[in-house]
Amino acid sequence: MMEDFEPTVVAFLCNWCSYAGADLAGTSRLKYPSNIRSIRVMCSGRVDPIFILDALKEGIDGVLVAGCHPGDCHYQSGNYKTNRKIKLIKRLLSELNIEPDRVRFEYISASEGQKFATVVTEFVGRLKEMGPSPLKEACE
Amino acid sequence: MRSITIDPITRLEGHGKINIFLNEDGNVENAYLQIPELRGFEKFSQGRRAEDMPQITSRICGVCPVAHHFASAKALDSAFKVEPPPVAKKLRELMYMGYIIYDHILHFYFLGGPDFVVGPEAPPGKRNILGVIEKAGIDIGKEVIKHRAFGQRITAILGGKATHPVNCLPGGVSKGLNEVERKDILSMAESSREFARFSLQLLDDIVLKNKDYVELITKGPYQLRTYNMGLVDDRDRLNFYDGLIRVKDPSDGELVKFPVSDYKKEIAERVEKWSYMKFPYLKRVGWKGFSDGTGSGFYRVGPLGRLNASEGMATPLAQKEFDRFYSTLGGRPVHSTLAFHWARLIELLYAAERAVELASDGEITSDRIRNPVGEPGEGFGVVEAARGTLIHHYDVDELGLIKKANLIVATTNNAGAITMSVRDAAKGLIRNGNVTDGLLNKVEMAFRAYDPCFGCATHTMPGSMPLIANIYDKNEVLLRSIKRD
Amino acid sequence: MTGEKLKFAFYWAASCGGCEIAVLDMNEAILEVVSAADILFWPVAIDTKYSDVEAMEDGHIDVCFFNGAIRNSEQKELAHLLRKKSKVLVAFGSCAVTGGIPGLANLSSRKGVFETVYLDNASIENPDGTVPETSSRVKEGELTIPEFFDTVDTLDQTVEVDYYLPGCPPPTALIMNAINAILSGELPPKGSVIAPARSVCDECRFEKSEKRITKIKRIYEVEELEDRCLLEQGIICMGPATRGGCGAPCLEANMPCTGCGGPTPNSLDQGGKMISALASVLGIDSEAVSSDKEVEAMLDRLIDPVGTFYKYGLPSALIKRRVMKE
Ligand code: SF4
Ligand code: SF4
Ligand code: SF4
Ligand code: FES
Repeated sequence: MMEDFEPTVVAFLCNWCSYAGADLAGTSRLKYPSNIRSIRVMCSGRVDPIFILDALKEGIDGVLVAGCHPGDCHYQSGNYKTNRKIKLIKRLLSELNIEPDRVRFEYISASEGQKFATVVTEFVGRLKEMGPSPLKEACE
Repeated sequence: MRSITIDPITRLEGHGKINIFLNEDGNVENAYLQIPELRGFEKFSQGRRAEDMPQITSRICGVCPVAHHFASAKALDSAFKVEPPPVAKKLRELMYMGYIIYDHILHFYFLGGPDFVVGPEAPPGKRNILGVIEKAGIDIGKEVIKHRAFGQRITAILGGKATHPVNCLPGGVSKGLNEVERKDILSMAESSREFARFSLQLLDDIVLKNKDYVELITKGPYQLRTYNMGLVDDRDRLNFYDGLIRVKDPSDGELVKFPVSDYKKEIAERVEKWSYMKFPYLKRVGWKGFSDGTGSGFYRVGPLGRLNASEGMATPLAQKEFDRFYSTLGGRPVHSTLAFHWARLIELLYAAERAVELASDGEITSDRIRNPVGEPGEGFGVVEAARGTLIHHYDVDELGLIKKANLIVATTNNAGAITMSVRDAAKGLIRNGNVTDGLLNKVEMAFRAYDPCFGCATHTMPGSMPLIANIYDKNEVLLRSIKRD
Repeated sequence: MTGEKLKFAFYWAASCGGCEIAVLDMNEAILEVVSAADILFWPVAIDTKYSDVEAMEDGHIDVCFFNGAIRNSEQKELAHLLRKKSKVLVAFGSCAVTGGIPGLANLSSRKGVFETVYLDNASIENPDGTVPETSSRVKEGELTIPEFFDTVDTLDQTVEVDYYLPGCPPPTALIMNAINAILSGELPPKGSVIAPARSVCDECRFEKSEKRITKIKRIYEVEELEDRCLLEQGIICMGPATRGGCGAPCLEANMPCTGCGGPTPNSLDQGGKMISALASVLGIDSEAVSSDKEVEAMLDRLIDPVGTFYKYGLPSALIKRRVMKE
């Protein structure tokens, strides 16, 4: 649809795995879209649903949360919890008529630079298809 | 053409506004009752969990939350195809009597009653609860406050909270009654019964012994011939909580008696551009514009509507008063708008008597208070709110979500009648452009008798309401503004 | 305090009247208030006209208690007027503080509300498709009614608010606290919520222990309630995400908290908080082995998350309304 639309994406990345994965993607000079602003958190479990809602409210087009693979979370179960949180947020968003796909959760380990690049590329592509967040205008 | 706007809570604040148009001779041409407010419950109920409805709809009105809570709970019983156990029904009805006690006392002493007790000609500053206390004495004032609070406490004990109770769910109630609470409620109910008798005596002494008042009730410009509607039990006696909806014609014949599930066949609502409130009428009779009489489908609900629609009261003291009411006012039905006040006190007595009966029932402390529900579907619920018949109708889907909701609230039922009462009172009282403050008070009395609760909560509450009449000439230039102080 | 009496005002906007009843429920105590303060404006009980308020000097009213949400043009104008005339403006009750139940209308629009109320419901006879209009001519002249807004706003989205008193209605004890604080001149810093800084769980009579659930249940599906935390029995209870001060009366009546106290202290969003709370108890026993599909199946039982998490506060939520698509 909108050819020149460049979505803004916020990514909350777990310090122990996904952030390192993103780093690896960078140092390996893997290509992925530059639309993403990364925020490092100590565990994906630290990502409060309120952060995500707040980002969306501010007109961010997509939010990516990435954490350690099942069984690998340094705090036992932060990633499982976050998986459920994100699923709940998606349900909330769809009731509000906001595309649930604007929020995405992924397991990305420190060694998965390639996965990080793929996920970001896919996500940004999907957001381009969806177009700008409806909240950009809806909430003034 | 000149127009007068009576804006009870003034133009900007108002939740209810009356416009009276005068013709070239200065006589009343027409009157309009406008409801400037809408909140849209029927819309945002869609998509909610069915079990949330008793609590959501109670927020339609904080004066009569219990009525909505119960109409909703009954609609859910019906939607989920479940009969609550007998004890649950008794608990609900007992709580309902607490609510009627509180609400009728509130109206009689704080809101509408001052017109009578202090007098329609008294300065507005006196026509309020303080004026009542002044006239009747401080001890009585304390009794009024005490018994209003009793009603609230009965509701709170059973409902969790008095304003916006939480105890009703499909198939019963969430909380039972223990022996200590039962005794507490029983003593409050007994005390309320005596207080109701006292109130009727007060009405006798101050109003009925005064020929002018009686004249005002029975003659005066406060007559309106309409149909009357109310819930009745299997012996056609008045009931607040359950029964069939009965409609009687202006000459006391029964027009129809129907279960709430048939309401769509009997009642239709009309929309006018100039108000957010809808105007219901009887389908069998039809819409004839704003006119009264047998040919027009308007009906009245509330205390007078209920008494007229039933053949008697189910408790002994109230039945005696019922008989006296009709013999004093010249037989059935009574068409005088001001008789609402008296009817309200008779109902207060009934509610207190019924509360005593229920609280004396040995079974009521049993803990069988819920039955399991069936598959959800369409449901209808009806109760008599203090201000009249209240209908909830839901369509519930298989997930237990509300697909559609329709609500016909008490004051809406009276919308047409109130408009006509005001118009007729104005016609009788405003002559040749002679508009005085005192006359406007009396116009206002015509609608206050209904205890209107616009948008079912538009707070036409005060015994003394600010009132402004603006008189415009035909070019809409303000000629005069009358303020009632 | 100077010897002079304080001047109070009360006003309602899109409200149900329950907040006014809550003030009356102070019973005799209200007489003490009347003796300590002059009530200048209280349409429910005192005869003062709008024009009298307009004629007041700015800041003439010491404290104005404002209940109800902002739903139409008239309410908005009154909010501005009373703000100007009052030194202190208190948002009174959930409707004014967070939008209240009328705020659920933000799941729709003016058009949607009009269609459902006036055109498409079981008892409407409206062949001409009439809907109310802000200005209409009848044969005798012109009649006007206020404009119905598309979106419900809270009071502080309309004008600046000094204090908040949440609850639907605010508990009588909290009303008395607030009034006493005002009378004694011991008000907390501006912007404060005048209610305890704890959650409903802290006031709840039920014991909490396990903190884990495997299935979300509807209250009517549970035939025998156990005598312990409702959330732990699978019933959605907003207690953990809701500010206390009410004494948890709903739990006393064996019903879950539905959240009328608004978000817990320092929480920006009641629903966000409840999502956290729920995510940390639901399905934790099997989390290491559950497939995504199993998790989704568990969540399928949470129907209407918006209406459940924001029953009293959609207008004040971070995302305050449904996106309307034409
Ligand atoms: S906060 Fe509750 S009690 Fe107060 S006006 Fe709103 S709905 Fe009514
Ligand atoms: S979740 Fe509900 S039932 Fe459980 S402790 Fe909190 S308030 Fe009580
Ligand atoms: S328990 Fe929850 S819903 Fe009930 S009064 Fe307290 S805050 Fe409101
Ligand atoms: S530490 Fe990486 S998700 Fe918890």
